Amino acid sequence: MALTFEAASQTDMSAFLRKADDGHARLDLLVTGARCAGCIAKIEREMGALPGVDSARLNLSTGRLSLGLENTGVDPGRIIAALGRLGYPATPYDPGAALVQRDREGRRLILALAVAGFGAMNAMMFSVPIWAGLFDQELGPATRSMMMWMSAAVGAPCAIFAGMTFFESAWRSLRAGRANMDVPISIGVILTLAISFSETILNGRDAYFDAAVSLLFLLLIGRWLDHVLRAKARSAAGDLLALQAPVACVIDNAGRERSIPLGDVQPGDILRVRPGDRIPVDATLEAGEALLDNSLLTGESAPERVGPGQMCRAGAVNTSGLLTLRASARSEDSTLAAIARLVDAGTQSRSRYVRLADRAAALYVPVVHAAALATFAGGWALGLDPREALIRAVAVLIVTCPCALGLAVPAVQVVASARLFKRGVLVKSGAALERLAEIDHVVFDKTGVLTEGRPALVGASPTIIALAAPLARASSHPMARAVARAAGEGPLATEVTEHPGLGVEGLIDGRRARLGRAAFVGVPTLRTGETELWFGFEGESKVRLQFSDVLRPDAGATIAALRARGMTVSILSGDQLGAVRGVAGAVGVSDWRAGLLPEEKSGAIDALAAQGRKVLMIGDGLNDAAALARAHAAIAPGTALAASQNAADLVLTGDALMAVVEAIDVARSARRRALENFSFAAVYNLVAAPAAMLGLVNPFVAALAMSGSSLVVTLNALRVRNRR
Amino acid sequence: MNVIFLLAPFSVALGMLAVGAFFWTLRAGQYEDIKGAAERILIDDEDLDGPGDKQEP
Repeated sequence: MALTFEAASQTDMSAFLRKADDGHARLDLLVTGARCAGCIAKIEREMGALPGVDSARLNLSTGRLSLGLENTGVDPGRIIAALGRLGYPATPYDPGAALVQRDREGRRLILALAVAGFGAMNAMMFSVPIWAGLFDQELGPATRSMMMWMSAAVGAPCAIFAGMTFFESAWRSLRAGRANMDVPISIGVILTLAISFSETILNGRDAYFDAAVSLLFLLLIGRWLDHVLRAKARSAAGDLLALQAPVACVIDNAGRERSIPLGDVQPGDILRVRPGDRIPVDATLEAGEALLDNSLLTGESAPERVGPGQMCRAGAVNTSGLLTLRASARSEDSTLAAIARLVDAGTQSRSRYVRLADRAAALYVPVVHAAALATFAGGWALGLDPREALIRAVAVLIVTCPCALGLAVPAVQVVASARLFKRGVLVKSGAALERLAEIDHVVFDKTGVLTEGRPALVGASPTIIALAAPLARASSHPMARAVARAAGEGPLATEVTEHPGLGVEGLIDGRRARLGRAAFVGVPTLRTGETELWFGFEGESKVRLQFSDVLRPDAGATIAALRARGMTVSILSGDQLGAVRGVAGAVGVSDWRAGLLPEEKSGAIDALAAQGRKVLMIGDGLNDAAALARAHAAIAPGTALAASQNAADLVLTGDALMAVVEAIDVARSARRRALENFSFAAVYNLVAAPAAMLGLVNPFVAALAMSGSSLVVTLNALRVRNRR
Repeated sequence: MNVIFLLAPFSVALGMLAVGAFFWTLRAGQYEDIKGAAERILIDDEDLDGPGDKQEP
């Protein structure tokens, strides 16, 4: 049967249409390549002009195109094809339920942030006259009392509202028998509000309503930054995964092709898998012969030949022609899912990691609270009025603001992630950066990480490539694509027929030619080389094209750079001994192991961890997923399977392996900034806390010291960007 | 001095108005596509009636 790219675009994608109540439908697409106003105008105009399309709106920030359709009869495949012709490749996108959840948390944070900002500014408006009174400006007791009441009226409700995030988290953590950073924050805020109220009622001098709200405002900025970082990474990671659309092509009783969500595939369904696509679920081959690329499953680079009735594992890539398979397992029960469960188990072990800020808080909280308690008890014992002693204790709590922990650490991480994002590294969370900074041993997978993970032509002369190219361009077989890539743009063969599992045949300048297996092209050979193609015109001599999985150009340089940073490197691969030895020799790694099963890989990671090594695992295959999840930190290339990307902390969106080194550098620099901020905070507190104990701190000094120290740590955090 | 009883609530009310306006912009989705909004002003007017509403149904 003939197979061209037109045929490939005929997949039914109506599974992605979302039906509205009034008969209309919506479709969300992820569009790549749109960058400017011209792109927006072109896409929206052309899409709006398509029959059946009511409206088109492109979100340039997220790259999502939202289409309103007249009815559910519109074929998404045609819209995607039209976008492709405009020069913008698109994939269907399923806005999941996770996004709704994320939005609710973000909305809550920004609401608290806005209220805290309003409260801080307006409470301070009434605080300014009170501060003036502290410096012997004319302020009668009645006016001061009135100002304090007004400050309370604005500040207290705002503080209680904005503080709810912290109070709830503190309560949850206390009930679990632990103390996180929100506990001291909550205690500080509640105590400050209580003392300020009692001072206001008793016509006292010190009210800290503005300080309480400002503190919450600054800390909420930190929370918000942390949230934005995670939300952005999650949506970018979601976009990457949406590119591997989780649908299966099923033949229904009427013999038509239909796309259905992966979860709906039942054992016994007849599936169709196009060349270059992944096998969606475990299945048996119905007829013919298939060549499967299992490299993501087992790490083995040579394709596996599968006969009728034999098992094809989910996740393998079809490198032969169009395949017809019979599903033998549901998606949840397939090989893919089994490995995904291994990953879940590993990820849980990593969630025990305690973040830098929490570790610092564990040190900071007891010290500060002991100091406050000592101030109260000591002051009282030394003859101070208990009320004055209590005010001093509260002043200690206020000036020892935990901003270096709550604001500066997220700020450092946001800046670091933004910088890495520009260099093609997606950071999934702030904790991932912290773990990455501690790495001292790097484990590489071979196939797809150190190598390109796809066949490349080796040692063929340009004349032969140019001869075979017209036929190669017409095929979607990975090896033929490699020939086409090597040849560049050019003419296409005519009357092309693709013979599944054998090769492709067509007319080049009127002469019949074949490209494919030796037997298909007509070469008498006994060898069954899976890494070669033969090409020849009818009746002429045939030439052999050799392929191999080539090293990434920067693999050697990356390993050298890692060694220069004091890290040790090893290779754990599921591929055969010979292939791994070759690659290890080429990049100069002596510590390598081949032929490993997924469990053996994760076992090897555990063994390294048991020796006290902090291991970074870099892998793309399903056979790496468990190891990725067990490692201290993990990186997956953007071409990796969904399970591996989920298990990794960082995802490389570009091609360069060197980005790994960059990521480690940035992570280390971010860690340095965070530690600098901690030392600054320690010095600041060593001055501020004794001053507060001695009663030298009044509300004005407290407000100044708190915002000043926050500003310094935040500015220091921003330095990450400017240094290499 | 009595004017403060007018001015103080007034300024607080102004502040609340600003918070309210911020929420309105948030709900109206004005931060959904910041990059796109910056680029869209460059699209010529005749281009604008293309997307969204079509000439013929």
